[in-house]
Amino acid sequence: MTRDGDVIDIEDFAARARAWLPDNMPSADPNAGHFFLTSSARSDDEDLRRIAKCRELQRRLYDGGFAGICVPEEYGGQGLTPAHQAAFNREIRGYDYPVEIQASTFIPALALLLEFGTDEQKQRHIPAILRGEEIWVQFLSEPGGGSDAAGAVTTAVRDGNNWILNGSKIWTTGAWYGDWAICLARTNWEVEKHRGLTVFSFPVRTPGVDIHRIELLNGSHEFCQEFFTDVVVADDDRIGDIDAGWSVVTRWLFHERSISGGSPYVTGTGNRPPGGPQEPTAMLESARARDVLDHGNTLELIGEAGALSMVGEALIESVSGKIQSGAIGHHAAAVLRLYSGVSNVRKATIAYELGCENIAVWRSGEDAFGHVGIGYLMRQAGCIGGGTTEMARNVISERVLGMPREARGDLKPFKDVPRGPLARTQTDG
Amino acid sequence: MFTRDHDQQLFADTTARFLDDHFPISRVRELARRQRSFEPRIWTKSADLGWTALLVPETAGGGSISENGLLDLVIVAAEFGHRAAPGPLFGTAVVAAALGRWGTPEQRATTLSRLVAGEDVTAWAYTSTVDPIGSPCDGVSASLRGDQVILNGTLPYVEEAAAAACILVTAQGDEGLTHYLVPTCASSIDIQPLQSLDMTRRYYHVVLRDVAVTTSDQVGEPGTAADHDAALLDLVAVLQLAEVTGAMQTAFEMTLQWTADRYSFGRPLASYQEIKHRMADMKMYLEASEAVTRRAAAAVAEGAPDAAAWVSAGQAYVGKYGPELIQDCIQMHGGIGVTFEHDLHVLLRRAVVDAQLFGTPGQFARRLAVLLDDGDE
Repeated sequence: MTRDGDVIDIEDFAARARAWLPDNMPSADPNAGHFFLTSSARSDDEDLRRIAKCRELQRRLYDGGFAGICVPEEYGGQGLTPAHQAAFNREIRGYDYPVEIQASTFIPALALLLEFGTDEQKQRHIPAILRGEEIWVQFLSEPGGGSDAAGAVTTAVRDGNNWILNGSKIWTTGAWYGDWAICLARTNWEVEKHRGLTVFSFPVRTPGVDIHRIELLNGSHEFCQEFFTDVVVADDDRIGDIDAGWSVVTRWLFHERSISGGSPYVTGTGNRPPGGPQEPTAMLESARARDVLDHGNTLELIGEAGALSMVGEALIESVSGKIQSGAIGHHAAAVLRLYSGVSNVRKATIAYELGCENIAVWRSGEDAFGHVGIGYLMRQAGCIGGGTTEMARNVISERVLGMPREARGDLKPFKDVPRGPLARTQTDG
Repeated sequence: MFTRDHDQQLFADTTARFLDDHFPISRVRELARRQRSFEPRIWTKSADLGWTALLVPETAGGGSISENGLLDLVIVAAEFGHRAAPGPLFGTAVVAAALGRWGTPEQRATTLSRLVAGEDVTAWAYTSTVDPIGSPCDGVSASLRGDQVILNGTLPYVEEAAAAACILVTAQGDEGLTHYLVPTCASSIDIQPLQSLDMTRRYYHVVLRDVAVTTSDQVGEPGTAADHDAALLDLVAVLQLAEVTGAMQTAFEMTLQWTADRYSFGRPLASYQEIKHRMADMKMYLEASEAVTRRAAAAVAEGAPDAAAWVSAGQAYVGKYGPELIQDCIQMHGGIGVTFEHDLHVLLRRAVVDAQLFGTPGQFARRLAVLLDDGDE
């Protein structure tokens, strides 16, 4: 948004948001902010109602001039700066907003379309995303891949103006209700693995895409695995150049890590809603209800959890500011990813340590206890999803600190790279 | 580390050069064996760099580099931390801030102007009567005798009390807790050296037995010392955070270099993934400590309502992970890391003393929980 060619002042923008929000966005519902990796499961019907609500809330942001604050105006955005988005994020605290679709739809999908999409692709998708009409998902991880994204074996073969995809993807959040997907596939097996990849986009419900739900230990069915059988994708829907997919994936992973904070395309504080049994306020409430606030080291543990949250907030501000100013490279976002993983682990442990026997065995209706217990069982998920903390440590040590790279077994044409143990020889038996 | 613009960078460079010239970390071991670990002559020179004036308003002879002196002083504190440098930085800064804010014109013209000029140093006797921070003690009592105020009590640990011209003391009188500047030359004041983990920062146990001061030694209105001590605690806590973060950075960089230079089994230590991952964790602790220190300093500098919460979060985190990071640096070094000749323990000593004094990480965590609880209701 420009007035006489000048970018609108941040304070004015914040004031406009402050005036607009009360009449247009509902107050945050403590039960609305839901993150399936740390919460207990909710039903499909509840999930679908919430997703419909997210689309509606996104449309309201769009109509109010607060969608795509850092997206160029020609694609339906506001053409403003990260500082404007940060100001809006401060104002929207206390209001409900489309929390669940920030990850995947806005980062990485919208961010990658902006960086690598053709003008046609941007015109087609970005305004639709900003209006809440397109929810995007990421077909990135593979069953055999783990953290090794460049080892993708889902294959795309050229067929005239189309590509034919075969293979399988896994750990896709929300594929069962999503609209469009970005997908990494192998287009060349004759070269080193990073140089034979290409990124595509296609509708999730394209014929040949078979979606299965994965049940997590907390009962969530949010994650999916997809099987592709001769899925036809138009070459017009390719994102970036053929065999140059790794340059897209590098940014893909960068944007994915920035869900922990600092992305200019994310509204609010990302997909980790505040609240839940692992937040200090809930710990205080629970300890007071059980009259143990002054017992032993209760206050000390709650204060430790509070400090971890506040330090995390300061760290996001500090590291994303350094990345934006160029003081450190973008790989330093891995520091934020590592911090969010290990601090959430510690907070889940503190909530568990503060608990009583009712976090292991509880009556129906006293689910707050059970949430702490299940949160503890799910504790490691925050160090696994979105790239493991081990990968983050590799990125920090190698790319930020300049320490030597790990030895590799895959620096040859990908078709010759071993993908499992060698066949047993006779002498083994 | 905490510089935000060219002027501050220039100030940081000048500070670093001065400390490198006078107190390279190798000299700290030598100073540790002397009775007095800093030379007044050098402290006077340091005043020319502006350190002593930063928390003092311009009307009282002070001045800062940026718009807020605390944001400049954290730069000095971080440079002290980088080298575990000696010098009565905290006590002088705190008393200068107190006199700048609450001192009488006469106190400003005498004690404060000598402080700013570096001619005198001062000490702050923080006692934990106002807060769940610090060890409980009986504190100091004040009673009136004619126009004199008679002070009695114990100050458990006072930094550089022997070198200080006067000590800022909190005493309980009829009108509540009140601050007094107690000259160390007063008769019946007993100053005994304490053992300390720090190599060069000296602490003293001080006993006041019928020490007579007058109302002209009173700082601030009667009954204001509790609030004033809380504000001064936030100031000194921010300086501690900056100092620990500085020490962490030196230890981290030293260790990163060591992992590249040290070979075992034909490979640099830095090539082992276990070592790499621990360096990554340390980088996270370092960035997080720097971030929360900057945030706490800004909150205290602005007088923000959540300043005490930010200070507490910083102390709870940095006080725990600062020493932890340096301990892991020692582990990476192996046997040489626990020798007296190595610099790492010099940094660890400073980090531990900063983490423990004026409130432990656990006490600050409790304070944060109480603040969060109050803010909730």
